[in-house]
Amino acid sequence: MRNHYDQSDVQYILNELAAKVAAAFDPNQPLNIIGIRTRGETIAQRLTTLLKSRGFKNIGRGVLDVTLYRDDLSEIGPAPLAGPTEISVPLDGIPLLLVDDVLFTGRSVRSALDALVDFGRPAVIRLAVLVDRGGRELPIAADYVGITLPHVPRDARVNVHLVETDGIDEIVVEPKEAR
Amino acid sequence: MSPGHGHKSGFKWTRKHLLGLQDLSAEEIEHVMTTADSFKEVSTRSVKKVPALRGRVLVNTFFEDSTRTRTSFSLAASRLSADVIDFSEKTSSTSKGETLIDTARNIEAMGIDIIVLRHPAAGAAETVSRHVNCSVVNAGDGAHEHPTQGLLDLYTIRERFGKVAGLKVAVVGDIVNSRVARSNIWALTKMGAEVILVGPPTLLPRTFERFGVRVVHDFDQVIGQVDVINMLRVQFERIKSSQFPSVREFTRFFGLTSDRFNRCKKDVFIMHPGPMNRGIEISSKIADGPQSGILTQVTNGLAVRMAVLYLVTQAQSQVA
Repeated sequence: MRNHYDQSDVQYILNELAAKVAAAFDPNQPLNIIGIRTRGETIAQRLTTLLKSRGFKNIGRGVLDVTLYRDDLSEIGPAPLAGPTEISVPLDGIPLLLVDDVLFTGRSVRSALDALVDFGRPAVIRLAVLVDRGGRELPIAADYVGITLPHVPRDARVNVHLVETDGIDEIVVEPKEAR
Repeated sequence: MSPGHGHKSGFKWTRKHLLGLQDLSAEEIEHVMTTADSFKEVSTRSVKKVPALRGRVLVNTFFEDSTRTRTSFSLAASRLSADVIDFSEKTSSTSKGETLIDTARNIEAMGIDIIVLRHPAAGAAETVSRHVNCSVVNAGDGAHEHPTQGLLDLYTIRERFGKVAGLKVAVVGDIVNSRVARSNIWALTKMGAEVILVGPPTLLPRTFERFGVRVVHDFDQVIGQVDVINMLRVQFERIKSSQFPSVREFTRFFGLTSDRFNRCKKDVFIMHPGPMNRGIEISSKIADGPQSGILTQVTNGLAVRMAVLYLVTQAQSQVA
């Protein structure tokens, strides 16, 4: 198994992801793309750009911070910094694409679904992730996946680094002993 | 995603009590401000509630009258999905002679997570915090501190000007009896503002200079220089008559009248912690005017108290 994916790999994976999403939605109909803070938001931005170049005309954007909806808040202390959620587009009746960087236990996505309910009632909610590393603790699955890494040990860490937040595009799998 | 995602720095909040601002670092104060930004957003949603403190219980323990602080804490707790209990001194066993510490321990024994305490004795919150395991948030202890008021005043100034450092802030009135003044002094000086205290010598002794602030007994001397004027309430119930000039005299020398307002900087920002004595420390026209931040302070108080309740509760799991 590879432990490192470089800039051109990330570019390729993102393009694959954009192609899968583009095939699933009508470019002439409204679509809301909501990223989960922090790196899900960056990926949502990139996907939006790629989808626009594929002819999508009517994309609404938003950012979701799920910190206050986490089910492990009482265990993880000290308080993680809760960022603001920015959803100013109407969600009711419009398809919504939820975007995150890595899908692991599924708990962030569960928190995000709880949070979205407070903002409206989308026609459908679909999930796009750059990396699916397995290890689900909840009955949650992604609809569109950039790359699947099925054999990452539970105690390893999958880090997605992006130019906008980290200065470099890469995916790094860090085994336990490296930390 | 790792639990620490979203951190802008490596800073970790570790206080499970908020007793005063004197002990807080500038970094801690800034962390409360940043956290409050996020909670302000919650209040703009159609569903104004998040589940962060679901299953937690907060008790408002007020040994002095309060309208906005108590209501603000209750609403802040509700918006975080915590349950709220109100403990009223008049109908409680304190009137049968129970001590404050016994009262607090009994309240805690019922499974309370946060005690919000207002008490006429300076240091009451600190004392209680040493005898309970739950979080204690000081909602005013005598003339000592009112930390959430200091934080919300700071937040409101920061929001208005986009910064705090370098601003000149006048705090005017009955300083010696004011916990709001003390918490303002700590918050503002730590964040780099210049604080100018204004009041008659009987209500503003020179000893305040040791806190690194200017002490001025002539309001008109500084009125044209300041960016913010925070008018304190004349506390009729707290002042000894010999300290205090007549009400007319106070208004004449220290009231924010239209005449004084006209000599202020054009973009001066007017604040008041409430409740106001209209026509005494502040004229109605100014209090209700476009440069008044008084109602904004109340709105921001909610976000700041949500941030404080969230932070102290999260710190419990790691300290306890």
